[in-house]
Amino acid sequence: MTERPLTQNIRADGASTFLADYEANGGYSGLRKAVSSMTPESCLDEVKNSRLRGRGGAGFPTGMKWSFVPMGEKAGPGHKYLIANADEMEPGTFKDRLILEQDPHQLLEGMMLAAFTIQADIAYVFLRGEYVLAAERLMQAIAECYEAGYLGDNILGSGYSLHLHLHRSAGRYICGEETALINALEGKRANPRPKPPFPQVAGLWGRPSIVNNVETLCNITHIITHGADWFQTLGRGEDSGTKLFGASGNVKNPGVWELPMGTPVREILEDHAGGMRDGYQLRGFLPGGGSTDFLVEQHLDLAMDYDVIGKAGSRMGTGTMIVLDDRNCPLGMVRNLSRFFAHESCGFCTPCRDGIPWVVQLLDRFEQGQATEDDIALLEEKAAFIGGIGNTHCALAPGAMEPVNSALKYFREDFERHITAGGCTYNGAAGRH
Amino acid sequence: MSDVIATLSPEEISEIEHEIALIPRRDGAAIDALLIVQKHRGWVSDESLRAIARLLEMSAEELDGIATFYNLIFRKPVGEQVILLCDSVSCWLRGCEQVKARLSERLGIGYGETTADGRYTLLPVPCLGACDRAPVMMVGDELHTHLDETDLSVLSPEGAAS
Ligand SMILES: Cc1cc2nc3c(=O)[nH]c(=O)nc-3n(C[C@H](O)[C@H](O)[C@H](O)COP(=O)(O)O)c2cc1C
Ligand code: SF4
Ligand code: FES
Repeated sequence: MTERPLTQNIRADGASTFLADYEANGGYSGLRKAVSSMTPESCLDEVKNSRLRGRGGAGFPTGMKWSFVPMGEKAGPGHKYLIANADEMEPGTFKDRLILEQDPHQLLEGMMLAAFTIQADIAYVFLRGEYVLAAERLMQAIAECYEAGYLGDNILGSGYSLHLHLHRSAGRYICGEETALINALEGKRANPRPKPPFPQVAGLWGRPSIVNNVETLCNITHIITHGADWFQTLGRGEDSGTKLFGASGNVKNPGVWELPMGTPVREILEDHAGGMRDGYQLRGFLPGGGSTDFLVEQHLDLAMDYDVIGKAGSRMGTGTMIVLDDRNCPLGMVRNLSRFFAHESCGFCTPCRDGIPWVVQLLDRFEQGQATEDDIALLEEKAAFIGGIGNTHCALAPGAMEPVNSALKYFREDFERHITAGGCTYNGAAGRH
Repeated sequence: MSDVIATLSPEEISEIEHEIALIPRRDGAAIDALLIVQKHRGWVSDESLRAIARLLEMSAEELDGIATFYNLIFRKPVGEQVILLCDSVSCWLRGCEQVKARLSERLGIGYGETTADGRYTLLPVPCLGACDRAPVMMVGDELHTHLDETDLSVLSPEGAAS
């Protein structure tokens, strides 16, 4: 049994694994096992016992999430839905693309198993519009599944039926938030919905729905195929399983690697990403995409486990790290991120719609040398308010403020220097100088 | 009433009806319908918007509210190919601003503009999920990685305004 289940079919040439090769490597044995010898309850138990936590950013335990879906008569008449969140628009996140392009069947099998567990009869892949190659390959893989009898009515003679469709998004980061995603699937503007009701009970078209990240669903394939006990042995620390970790920025060898949960940051950045490019030094890093707090050198020996990173004041997020070097300005980096969040705010609530552009303006003042000491305090105050849990309708705004708050903490002297030096003293994106 | 709808081609109408058949409400196909028409015509004109709204039995105002919400639905004409240049963090760390400057100079256009010959429209796009190959952009359906502002040969010479 492989120790790198998620990437076992990833080939060096970037080609996709289609049905024949996928099956030859054990593919769809999990689905065969589930529909022939398991029940939805025993599948749910397996997922719960695996201690899998969602890989979409929040790390919520997957088995617990599924357990809220009403089963049998309790679900009432009508469809239930399983949705794969393949929106991947968080800046600095590039992990789901790998699977979508190079091993689409792994996701489809995971979706089938998740759908079987909650007894959903309709499934969607919600794919960001710019993933053109992924769309082509997914469409081919879906067609192969209908042909082979893995999708459609009465799958493998089991009596279970599932129809699966690809939805290509028209683009907005907020579509990745699960209730906004559901609105987008219903053809509406993607504003997040109030919770409760939670999607598990009343989601797409008011029916029970589960939204899971691509990587989360891929893990289901292996948990059902090889069992929860095996899955637990894959992690090095507190959390179970492996994770697609990545690094981008001015490191020698940017990329994405499947490694055990609990792999120390240093190992990822030094052994896999190859350390910093010549002439660059590490200033800090966002451990899990653009909406996570900066960590710095003193955190390099932390294990990439949800709670370990959480205790250090940041979040595992998507596990794809963005590395800040000494030749790029921390304020510039935070300003770039804040502009993204300001642009992508859905506009529903005031602290987010008006507050993030305000933060951008304040950061502009620093960049242009117009900021005073009072602006540091003002920025701190605004960022704390906008980022305060419960002050906004969804997690976009708190996420947006994580890099700002942590930059104020770790790169304070840079804020001061923008005031004393009358502007930015870095000469722009250093990658080019 | 049907005249409005008739500004859509039979092919567009049948593709939209196919989407509607999969869901409980006609207006639920709004985004798919906009994307279908855009696929055929490059963008969504006021005339197309009214026709789609009629077909989906919803108001044109509501449909426009949806169309303008999404980054990839174009309510203005665009060039033969849309260039989506990533301006997010990892590309920024690797010099996307320099690439933008060079690209603008070469094509003679800024963000939101189309070249005089109608070949290219330049737009910024949030992180394209290829941060390990930064800086990156899409030209039409193709992803171009490891951009270097000194070499933009991915754009054919005829496309360059300069
Ligand atoms: C603004 C915003 C954007 C998000 N974007 C994504 C995304 O692109 N992909 C994703 O899987 N989850 C995204 N999420 C998290 C989802 O809301 C949801 O938690 C996740 O899809 C659940 O899957 P999981 O339990 O498997 O992690 C986003 C959340 C927010 C607030
Ligand atoms: S926090 Fe921002 S993105 Fe979320 S609902 Fe409010 S305005 Fe919309
Ligand atoms: S930041 Fe440009 S591709 Fe991710």
